[in-house]
Amino acid sequence: MRLFVSEGAPGNLPVLAAAGRVRGRAELLISTVGPEECMVPFLTRPKVPVLQLDSGNYLFSTSSICRYFFLLSGWEQDDLTNQWLEWEATELQPALSAALYCLVVQGKKGEDVLGPVRRALTHIDHSLSRQNCPFLAGETESLADIVLWGALYPLLQDPAYLPEELGALHSWFQTLSTQEPCQRAAETVLKQQGVLALRPYLQKQPQPSPPDESAVTNEPEEEELATLSEEEIAMAVTAWEKGLESLPPLRPRQNPVLPVAGERNVLITSALPYVNNVPHLGNIIGCVLSADVFARYSRLRQWNTLYLCGTDEYGTATETKAMEEGLTPQEICDKYHVIHADIYRWFNISFDIFGRTTTPQQTKITQDIFQRLLTRGFVLRDTVEQLRCEHCARFLADRFVEGVCPFCGYEEARGDQCDKCGKLINAIELKKPQCKVCRSCPVVKSSQHLFLDLPKLEKRLEEWLGKTLPGSDWTPNARFIIRSWLRDGLKPRCITRDLKWGTPVPLEGFEDKVFYVWFDATIGYLSITANYTDQWERWWKNPEQVDLYQFMAKDNVPFHGLVFPCSALGTEDNYTLVSHLIATEYLNYEDGKFSKSRGVGVFGDMAQDTGIPADIWRFYLLYIRPEGQDSAFSWADMLLKNNSELLNNLGNFINRAGMFVSKFFGGYVPEMVLTPDDQRLLAHVTLELRHYHQLLEKVRIRDALRSILTISRHGNQYIQVNEPWKRIKGNEADRQRAGTVTGLAVNIAALLSVMLQPYMPTVSTTIQDQLQLPRPACSILLTNFLCTLPAGHQIGTVSPLFQKLENDQIESLKQRFGGGQLEESLELKAKVSPKPEVVETVTTAGPQQIQVLMDEVTKQGNTVRELKAQKADKNQIAAEVAKLLELKKQLALAEGKPLETSKGKKKK
Amino acid sequence: MAAAAELALLEKSLGLSKRNKYSARGDRQIPVLQTNNGPSLTGLTTIAAHLVKQANKEYLLGSTAEEKAIVQQWLEYRVTQVDKHSNKDDIRTLLKDLNAYLEDKVYLTGYNFTLADILLYYGLHRFISIFIGVKLTTELP
Repeated sequence: MRLFVSEGAPGNLPVLAAAGRVRGRAELLISTVGPEECMVPFLTRPKVPVLQLDSGNYLFSTSSICRYFFLLSGWEQDDLTNQWLEWEATELQPALSAALYCLVVQGKKGEDVLGPVRRALTHIDHSLSRQNCPFLAGETESLADIVLWGALYPLLQDPAYLPEELGALHSWFQTLSTQEPCQRAAETVLKQQGVLALRPYLQKQPQPSPPDESAVTNEPEEEELATLSEEEIAMAVTAWEKGLESLPPLRPRQNPVLPVAGERNVLITSALPYVNNVPHLGNIIGCVLSADVFARYSRLRQWNTLYLCGTDEYGTATETKAMEEGLTPQEICDKYHVIHADIYRWFNISFDIFGRTTTPQQTKITQDIFQRLLTRGFVLRDTVEQLRCEHCARFLADRFVEGVCPFCGYEEARGDQCDKCGKLINAIELKKPQCKVCRSCPVVKSSQHLFLDLPKLEKRLEEWLGKTLPGSDWTPNARFIIRSWLRDGLKPRCITRDLKWGTPVPLEGFEDKVFYVWFDATIGYLSITANYTDQWERWWKNPEQVDLYQFMAKDNVPFHGLVFPCSALGTEDNYTLVSHLIATEYLNYEDGKFSKSRGVGVFGDMAQDTGIPADIWRFYLLYIRPEGQDSAFSWADMLLKNNSELLNNLGNFINRAGMFVSKFFGGYVPEMVLTPDDQRLLAHVTLELRHYHQLLEKVRIRDALRSILTISRHGNQYIQVNEPWKRIKGNEADRQRAGTVTGLAVNIAALLSVMLQPYMPTVSTTIQDQLQLPRPACSILLTNFLCTLPAGHQIGTVSPLFQKLENDQIESLKQRFGGGQLEESLELKAKVSPKPEVVETVTTAGPQQIQVLMDEVTKQGNTVRELKAQKADKNQIAAEVAKLLELKKQLALAEGKPLETSKGKKKK
Repeated sequence: MAAAAELALLEKSLGLSKRNKYSARGDRQIPVLQTNNGPSLTGLTTIAAHLVKQANKEYLLGSTAEEKAIVQQWLEYRVTQVDKHSNKDDIRTLLKDLNAYLEDKVYLTGYNFTLADILLYYGLHRFISIFIGVKLTTELP
């Protein structure tokens, strides 16, 4: 047989590595051909490697060639190998070709390359770690390993693309790479040139089409149902039987919460929202809500937990906003701080403290840190060329300049950072700068400024990261961002600004300057804590006892993972530094981005006007949390998840379990006599509960939510199969069976109510009230599934937990909040608006839409009249009137009539 | 044809009496089979090969090493090339290639009917109404 290969073809790697198998069994000739030669007579497009068999037939699939070599050596096919090879061909290859093309042909780096394959890499890692075997299909290296190793080698041989947190993948890959056949194949194909050796071949290939939309999918990877051992089942049963007595005593919540030696002390921060913006759903899920879930979970574990956040209030943006609204900066901050606090209260965020940065403590601590840095020689002084807008008569803060990014050429780069390539920019380096306010071209003027000497601190930072990162739960994107910053080398960063609204700089000659927000905003966490307790240093200067979790969107990673640690290390004051940096990706809105200026998307204050309860918002946002990849908020999907997951799955199960107790057993939990099937169910639930804990301990919030839904699915199935509503009418044995099934089901419901607490606190409390769950069982979650509602326990009144979302309701919400890019672009074409900053965007509506709205107004008008005629409940009427007003408003908008000045709206 | 329907059809033609239930995963609705012992199986060709073994018809996976490799090659071809959402030109090329390959053959492996023929036939079904003109009938069992 004859093998045709071509220089730099990626398929050569697995084929050559597998070829060793046939040595001594068959004669194998290897010929090199050009990348465009058609070696297979019946294929129109060239394909290498190709194996011409002695029969004259051809194998043109890389995996099949490898398979053939293995088969010749006596190997037998099996399901697991088939499954890996099919996965490799259908899932891994499309993603991998896109990544390699980016890297090798287009010369891109970083997330552009890793992004498409991350999901696939994670899949391999999870499979390896779940099955506890060193190789993909068992204890020894086999076909699946060679094929996947060969496919991945070009990418993963560069450590930058082998994420270190994927430990199982890491060791699997290293093991294979050091084996002789693989090593030799790698040398032959890559010729010590690394991935660039593939260039001559890949350049000649068509650009691979991007893999199926998987980048913005909301579907998780499903976990497989594990097989249970007898011991596991026995242990689950023992734990269950112990019941309530295995719960430790409840710890009273202290005020103030302070670290306790010998306990787990968890300090949680959520990125400080900038005060003058109303946060949108993306901001909410990115930090405050994510951190809230973890804080609530942490309290359920009885860890000593402090969760803090606050508004970030200093800076130019505040000054400008104050000018716009004719208020002082302080007044603006006071006003918006309340708006923020209200939104988070509505979302049920369980802050221990929600503070602000404009306090004397902030000045004191910031100035102290600065002084220590200054005396230790970490502050530089330099003259800065700065952009000044003569028209507006002021120095322009970075975010008030826009221009072309000097690195990637992106047209709308901001003065501090480019949204496209993510690089930090010095505003004067921008090409074609423009003042964002008046659009005139600013001039460069010089001014004295202070710099943080990051290069001098780099070594300490690396030492600290070297100790902190391994084994920690920093998210992959955070690790990646920090790594790429360090690779590019740190540069001194300016920490002062020509402004008034900020923390004053305590240094002669700098009286009219303040600290730049990114230097002192992260100090906000400390000062907010200091306003909460005078013993704040027990949290913040106590790295030995405190575990610091910081939540943010990925654009905030450099400040938390790099700049603040450098400042803190430079003070030599033993500050508590971030142990786990949890960064999310971005949440999109429908098919586009959230945009305040274009009125697209749902903002925190609007969520409450939709009539959808806060817990439903929480659930859906957490369900689509951009964990590991971007995700998208979609109204249709929200309706679907509410109706399928909450209503039909979770709500249905919990309601049925409770109803059976009320209806068939007079409200008292019946006796339970567990059969082997019940015991297996116990063990499955326990396993899923453990999984939930493992995930939440690693702050994989979105994945852990799936465990809850999985358990309730098990529960529904269990009820469905055992049909207690039929058995209750049967003989004695049947009735006993109905009792056991009902009792076990209602205990699963009780467990779910606790697991749900971090995600949907109100629903959780409702369930616990309905079931009259004993107090300690509500507030503590162990790793075992306990019988917390023993036989004889009396439950309360059971009622449905969730409401169906209707299509027309969601449609009208979707219309109200803007439906994504398509409509948007149409709208922009239709109306060329002279003013770019129109806040209330007008949706151009066709005559049909207007007709639909008019009909709705009429219908709603009738509803209101009817209710009034029936003398219905006032609140109900008010709600319907609100709907009517909203519809009228939409109609006015659609018809292009001027809005009546904000009648029904609270906000100006 | 949805993957689950296709697998049900295969069960029937293999003479399997027990009907399996399939779930689907992800956007592409990849079929998943939950087996009684051990973990689930994912993927059309993986499950199909598993069913063939259940039905004790291993010969449908090929008898020699060469046949086995060829069967798997065309199964892979089915899920990567035939199932790809291609434009008309791609489909034309695909059918032309297949036609050229089958010119001197009765079945994909030559003279023996295998699982590859079954799944490729199912997979091509959706094109055939569009491209009546292309000669494919040699392949039909």
